[in-house]
Amino acid sequence: MDRRGFIRLTGMTSVVGLLGKPILNAAGLLRPGEALTNKPPIVGKRWAMVIDTRKCLEKEGCRDCINACHHIHNVPEFDNAKDEIKWIWKEKYEQAFPEQENEYIEDGLKEKSVLVLCNHCDNPPCVRVCPTQATWKREDGIVMMDWHRCIGCRYCMAACPYGSRSFNWRDPRPFIKEIVTDFPTRTRGVVEKCTFCEERLAKGLIPACVEACPEKALIFGDLEDPQSELRELLRVHFSFRRKTNLGTQPELYYIV
Amino acid sequence: MYDSGKIIIGLLLFFGLIASPIWYNLASGKGSYKPDIKIVTTEKQCVAPTPYMRTSHMDLVYSWRDLVVRENHRSYNSFTGRQYDMSLTGTCLNCHSNKTEFCDKCHSFVGEAPFCWDCHVVPKEGN
Repeated sequence: MDRRGFIRLTGMTSVVGLLGKPILNAAGLLRPGEALTNKPPIVGKRWAMVIDTRKCLEKEGCRDCINACHHIHNVPEFDNAKDEIKWIWKEKYEQAFPEQENEYIEDGLKEKSVLVLCNHCDNPPCVRVCPTQATWKREDGIVMMDWHRCIGCRYCMAACPYGSRSFNWRDPRPFIKEIVTDFPTRTRGVVEKCTFCEERLAKGLIPACVEACPEKALIFGDLEDPQSELRELLRVHFSFRRKTNLGTQPELYYIV
Repeated sequence: MYDSGKIIIGLLLFFGLIASPIWYNLASGKGSYKPDIKIVTTEKQCVAPTPYMRTSHMDLVYSWRDLVVRENHRSYNSFTGRQYDMSLTGTCLNCHSNKTEFCDKCHSFVGEAPFCWDCHVVPKEGN
């Protein structure tokens, strides 16, 4: 190749390199996270949730969020509490917040239950102990699970201080009321938990529990977006998180 | 070797007997049995060329699994330029709507038991 040819080729290559991204996008090569649905995926830098217990507690006995979540994720229902699988559930106030334990606690709170689910911790102990990397923290903060890779050692269950993880002691299929086909069930010997509806986010939908709440007590949003509703709520209300002394940096914020 | 005649005949008999199922199948014509697969699809072209899919569909499915679950990358750019949602039940079984005819026949013929269906739910089967 002569000198002129070399310079021409270098120039052409750098032009293609500079314009490469739009060309690739136009050619139909999508970026990660972009699904083939009508709605664009919801992307965030650090997903978190605010649970406004004042609103949630207004309607006692409501299980809309739990039912919605457990239905779309094929979560089985066992009669025996030892076999129980739960992604989102209610816990007594003093059990959800043991460090708030107080004999003379406000009457309203004493008997009330608090909605709990996986805290999608910033420093998740479950991820640290998983020997197969079946659970890991995604870039957007979701503590994800790969059920293909879970070997059922239950280290993560021992590590999680919130009891957010359940183990399938039995084949869950016969105990699922109505199996939804577009989400997998799990098998015996696998640990499962809430995934912040990552499969719905990819389709441009907000988490099912947030959508199902009739009182709008659950607010899902991006912590790194200062304009988000979530950040606004945290700015104006006093909120706390579960067992912060353990250093897990949970990303569920409770307004009481 | 002492008694080489007896030993060789004995060995031949032994291997003949041990392999008797093979001879039986050959004699009865079952040796050339091939599963008769009905391919009923809604599309004319699969996400990858047919010869590739025949030999390596499992590799494709495994790579889809890892991309979707671990990389959050959900769309597949096929060789025709068409985009597909990387989904076993949503894309594969949506087109190959009869799992018993399409997947199971071959898999049971070769003695393969994929564990996909332990978790993934087979949609209602079509024809």
